[in-house]
Amino acid sequence: MDVQTKLKQSYLNQPSEKISGAEAVIRCLIAEGADTIYGYPGGAIMPVYDELFKYQDQIHHVLTRHEQGATHAAQGFARISGRVGVAIATSGPGATNLITGIADAQIDSTPMVCITGQVPSHLLGSDAFQETDIVGISTPVTKWNHQITDATEIPEVLAKAFYIARSGRPGPVLIDITKDAQFGELDFTYKKCEGIRSYNPIPRVDKKQLSAAAELINAAKKPLIVWGQGVILGEAEEEFKAVIEKSGVPSAWTIMGVSAIPTSHPLNVGMVGMHGNYGPNVLTNACDVLIAIGMRFDDRVTGKLSEYATQAKVIHFEIDPAEIDKNVKTDVAVLGDAKESLKELLPLLKKNTHTEWLEKFSELSKIEFEKVIKNDLHPTKEGLTMGEVLKEINTQSKGEAAIVSDVGQHQMIACRYAEFSKSRGNITSGGLGTMGFALPAAIGAKMATPEREVVAVIGDGGYQMTIQELGTIFQTKAAVKIVVLNNDFLGMVRQWQQLFFDKRYASTVMTNPDFVTIAKGYHIEAKRVTKREELASAVEEMMASKDAYFLEVCVEKEDNVFPMVPSGASVSEIRLE
Amino acid sequence: MEASIKQFTVSVYAENNVGLLNRISAIFQRRHINIESMNISVSEIEGVSRFIILVNMTEVNVKKIIGQIEKQIEVIKAFYHTDEETIYLESCMFKIKSDLLFEERQIQNIIKESDARIVTVNREFFVLEKSGRRHEIELLHRELSAFGIMQFVRSGRISITKDKMKITELLTEFKN
Repeated sequence: MDVQTKLKQSYLNQPSEKISGAEAVIRCLIAEGADTIYGYPGGAIMPVYDELFKYQDQIHHVLTRHEQGATHAAQGFARISGRVGVAIATSGPGATNLITGIADAQIDSTPMVCITGQVPSHLLGSDAFQETDIVGISTPVTKWNHQITDATEIPEVLAKAFYIARSGRPGPVLIDITKDAQFGELDFTYKKCEGIRSYNPIPRVDKKQLSAAAELINAAKKPLIVWGQGVILGEAEEEFKAVIEKSGVPSAWTIMGVSAIPTSHPLNVGMVGMHGNYGPNVLTNACDVLIAIGMRFDDRVTGKLSEYATQAKVIHFEIDPAEIDKNVKTDVAVLGDAKESLKELLPLLKKNTHTEWLEKFSELSKIEFEKVIKNDLHPTKEGLTMGEVLKEINTQSKGEAAIVSDVGQHQMIACRYAEFSKSRGNITSGGLGTMGFALPAAIGAKMATPEREVVAVIGDGGYQMTIQELGTIFQTKAAVKIVVLNNDFLGMVRQWQQLFFDKRYASTVMTNPDFVTIAKGYHIEAKRVTKREELASAVEEMMASKDAYFLEVCVEKEDNVFPMVPSGASVSEIRLE
Repeated sequence: MEASIKQFTVSVYAENNVGLLNRISAIFQRRHINIESMNISVSEIEGVSRFIILVNMTEVNVKKIIGQIEKQIEVIKAFYHTDEETIYLESCMFKIKSDLLFEERQIQNIIKESDARIVTVNREFFVLEKSGRRHEIELLHRELSAFGIMQFVRSGRISITKDKMKITELLTEFKN
């Protein structure tokens, strides 16, 4: 592999020493700064666990209760910190249990390295006990993967793994290591990877494209920015803020991009997409220039593609060339890292304000407030709404908490109403829509940033998909705040059944256990709220707690999330009721 | 760009690493595209493989597929071309009873006219090889069918592009 990879020169003169492959794995992790990793032991990965035992003062291995939990915890860790998350599992079922988290990390561009044990190389392909072709299985959902059958390969392959996971558009990498390679010996020196000849992680910004973009933005009468996670992944929050403030362009976000600028920013016009805000959805089909920054025109964002912003010139700032023209045809594509592109764009922009155009967003926002938001946040009916719970969390966290949400109605409500004053605040399963994501992801997020309040907001369905991770919280004392918004339904599917399947509630009714008792079984402080007057004090008690805390809020059973762009409809056909 | 389905040759320059074939074929599979033929060989650059993949799809989609292939870590560069932009051929082999070679004079004429080559002859059978365009191979197949073919095999397409492939430049850039 020598010709293909470029290794850091300064490491080349290090003296080498003979160690086992398993120890080399740990030494590589330490060299890459992975101080907290998540996993679950088993036969084929035992040599690595044995070394983890010896190195426990340098690496904190968190035993999750299921391998899926390990991947989501690693994802939460990565999403909140920007560092590479690490998950370890054994061969066979251990490895296959990682797949959901890997697929989630792939579609949401999360840097993660997964290490799996594998049967000894002489047994490969023989259907040995706990053998599975994890490299084959994980190929379509990894940025890169590789099987190591020889201990001497370990340092270079792991260096490459970390480099690939974090560089360019980040993503998951899986390294499968046979048991004999873990036992084998090698002369260990570690050289960080600095380049791979077939891989160009950050395309160079093309000045011509950049000035074409600036020209369009400067001439636009009704420009609209839609930004995504690229702003956060590129650590371009400051540059982004400077660009929107100078150009005065109303800016809307995807659920992966929110929190890059504070929610209260006057140019923040809200969320786009299926359950996004009324204004930015409707006005997507009225703007004259649409400026997409670090987002990929997911179908949940665009609605019916043939009727998406067809009147507008489209500018796409993007790091991944494969995203250009994938869904929406662009007029100007600016390839490159968001931070660099936006920095270079800034001086080309004219100072501008779009007062009248911005006013259009406020007008539509007022309509949305009257029809939707008022009832969500200031309900007059008896049942509790999910929105008022989020509002209470906002009030008490002052927007500083990271909100980790799962998938479904509560997720859309959390993304719509959570207020953020700090970046990397919204951690949710965006592209894959993985129920069960939030609880383990919150554990990882809390461990990566112990100083930050981390609140997991989860539905009663998704909660039970990874509820076993309460055991991880109990064992590690991770001070995660868990809010389950319980409507005894798989709410989003029920909403669709109500709207599009004549209320045939097929398999969406949940007969739920006593969640408070379950949390208490894990010695986690727990409370249930059923009435509005109990809500504020319960949230206050939760936020004041120094330890993990579980709060179940029993909400109205058959509330729907609006606005809504029905499947197959245009974004401007968004329904308010 | 036309939305009609056309034949395209996708060429991929990539590192010769285990597993890459899987990665590339999965990209076609995801979009439910059938691969008509595929050939993987060494290329003009040492250690670099070249894939020649023949597919029928729209140009809009082949462009997207090229992007998705190119973003695979071990892919150096991917291109797509129409038939007019490439020089291409296929190879085939026929196994035929040796008796026929002596008994049927017409076979000898067919071999001569089609530019086919006899690879080996023994008492039982002879093997004929022919390289060329698909229609030439199909014609030869039709003509020989009348006499009975014991075995037939045809390779995937291999092709060379008329325009330059700047792969060496790309790799030199990396070294510096």
